[in-house]
Amino acid sequence: MKLKTLMMAGACALTPLVLSPSASAFCGFYVAKAETDLFNEASKVAIARDGDRTVVTMASDYQGEVSEFAMVIPVVDIPEEGQINVANPALMDHLDAYTAPRLVEYFDPNPCERDLLYESVTVSARRNAPLPSAQIAQKAEDLGVTIEAEYEVGEYDILILSAEQSDGLITWLNQEGYNIPDGAEDTVDAYLKRDMKFFVAKVSLDRHDGNAELRPIQVAYEDEEFMLPIRLGTVNAQGKQELFVFAMNRTGRVETTNYRTVKLPSDMDVPVYLKDEFGEFYKDMFRHQVEKENGKAVFMEYAWDMNWCDPCAAEPLTTSELRELGVHWLGNPNGPRPNENVPVQPRRLIAPQAADVFVTRLHLRYDAETFPEDLKFQATGDRTNYQGRYVLRHAWRGDYEQCEAAGDYANTLVDRWETEATTLASLTGRDVNDIRARMAEEGMSAAGLGVETKPKKNWWQRLWGNDDE
Amino acid sequence: MAIPVAMFRAVNKDARHWQLLALSALFFLSRFVSDFGAEFPALGAALSGAMLAQFVGSKATGTNFQWKSAAITTLGITILLRASDPVFWFGAGLIGIGLKFLVRFNNKHIFNPACVGIAVVTLASAGAWVSPGQWGQTPVVAAFVMGFAALVLSSAKRLDIALGFLGFFAALLFGRAMWLGDPLVIPAHQMQNGALLVFAFFMITDPRSTPDSRLGRLIFAAAVAGFAAWLGWGPHVRGGMIYALAALAPLTILLDRMFPAGRFEWTPNNKNEEGTGNETQDIDDGGGVRAHAAGT
Repeated sequence: MKLKTLMMAGACALTPLVLSPSASAFCGFYVAKAETDLFNEASKVAIARDGDRTVVTMASDYQGEVSEFAMVIPVVDIPEEGQINVANPALMDHLDAYTAPRLVEYFDPNPCERDLLYESVTVSARRNAPLPSAQIAQKAEDLGVTIEAEYEVGEYDILILSAEQSDGLITWLNQEGYNIPDGAEDTVDAYLKRDMKFFVAKVSLDRHDGNAELRPIQVAYEDEEFMLPIRLGTVNAQGKQELFVFAMNRTGRVETTNYRTVKLPSDMDVPVYLKDEFGEFYKDMFRHQVEKENGKAVFMEYAWDMNWCDPCAAEPLTTSELRELGVHWLGNPNGPRPNENVPVQPRRLIAPQAADVFVTRLHLRYDAETFPEDLKFQATGDRTNYQGRYVLRHAWRGDYEQCEAAGDYANTLVDRWETEATTLASLTGRDVNDIRARMAEEGMSAAGLGVETKPKKNWWQRLWGNDDE
Repeated sequence: MAIPVAMFRAVNKDARHWQLLALSALFFLSRFVSDFGAEFPALGAALSGAMLAQFVGSKATGTNFQWKSAAITTLGITILLRASDPVFWFGAGLIGIGLKFLVRFNNKHIFNPACVGIAVVTLASAGAWVSPGQWGQTPVVAAFVMGFAALVLSSAKRLDIALGFLGFFAALLFGRAMWLGDPLVIPAHQMQNGALLVFAFFMITDPRSTPDSRLGRLIFAAAVAGFAAWLGWGPHVRGGMIYALAALAPLTILLDRMFPAGRFEWTPNNKNEEGTGNETQDIDDGGGVRAHAAGT
């Protein structure tokens, strides 16, 4: 049974920052923190794929009236009822939190003491995704629309439609309350000419439990094509769409083959005041990096073997969670569960048994101009770990004259802060002078140290260690 | 003034010098512009494999050690192939050059060495793959590739097959988009692909493994373009052009028989790797198409 993937035509929004406390890999402990909405319109799609067998989970943080929610997805084939499922929204949240860009915090030791003691803190950023409702009509046939299948799955009423022409299908969908935007004819036609069907879902008010959060829809299918249709979502000119793709497989990193994949800049020291505004930092950085790529790149934010994390923004998913997300190649849920209930360990979290899952988190902001074509992916054999990670280094505060090392340390701080300011400016496009001013307010400046810093040595003085002064 | 002129003449003595320069520039572009681009360890591994096969092949056949051809193969492999382990680049170089010596017909090798090397290792293992999207679609890259390639091809005289391939491939993509009702920005986007241009200008243009006659080359280009397009639409193969070229390489034998023409040689009257020197390239044949026709 073939069934091509999904696309969200609905609205989507983004989640709050979530953090979970977990032990640090290298040092100390993590502190959890929460933030408010990061992105306003985002969809989250998890794709678990091994060979042709694929499970797609589509989530949204649709905020509107449940009765207004609708989802329209082109699919290659007609799924059976058993291929469709609804998932626990917490699973996507967990996957999101686990893969989110993270903030790590270090505290400089007293330079007069040899032993290094660190503590670290992590804050992770993440967001959410959208969903709808339906009725069935017999007028379909008059419009050349065939209802190939009709299912009730969870709170959703699902129809699989085929059609001869886009106008009949669009007319019918609009009559049924799906609100297909103007200008969708060409795109719908292009899918129909590829002999694709349409998977449409609405929320059944009878079966909906009143919970504001709609559950993600899952579809299991087999198809040699590894792609995600996004074109319908670009038809309504609501501006840019935000999409997060969490690809899970056995082989390694997943990349787009028809768009450039780039790494989100990572592993940089940034000013410590970002601790309380990490979400804003992440948003600004992402916006700026998108601009630098002319809006045409897909950003890789995380690529990791799911056995462990370092540092962990959230605990690795358990085997049962992964299976619920469609990771069908993991063993029997009644058998040994690698990560189940294993407390998070300091340092590299090695699970008792390999989870055999590699996750790639991709993030893109798209519209019809920058991403005219559906996303095509491929799994690579690259298992190099990558994460979006930003480092806060808290300066040691004390008497900088208590020993010579302390005086030297004070000198290095000023240079370090300047580097942090320029790094933040280049990552986010913020004005470096504003950053310097903000840092000075927080005491991160030569004046803020309360000591007179020594004049900088010339390079030859540093070379030979002679001190002419 | 004399030194630049002398340098130009020295480089221009052999069309492969231009290819080496252009491919080296592309290597550095990929290395420093793409997050998932070419890497120095890969270059070293591919070079080892290619040179080893070239050395053994030269010894076995009693021909000169043609390091330039092996270096071009090395760069082509390094630029287009991605892998999880250096052994794949080594293997691609070894297989590509090895098959150049082993699979021959009428004193001509059948497969483009870099192409067949990449095709074999990517088909054999999930640890090796081609990343067609990682060049980005910036016009800068396209202009760079085009400019350098044009220079190369003015020497190697195979602009016809490059433009033929790109023309046929574009016609197929645009034609299909029009049939589907897709906006034409989609095929335009698909054509602005760095890997496609590298393939068209540096791989399918290899004068030693493509048909001798212009008509033969154009037919060959059309066949490769058609097969590559189908591989993308039907079985959804990524980087289909490379498999298309490798699979259709034997067609060259047929096309050479149907449309005989003079054989291309890298350097005139040399004892080259094939041990034949019966046809020569006229270096000063500005705008000409091919070597002197010798007929068969």
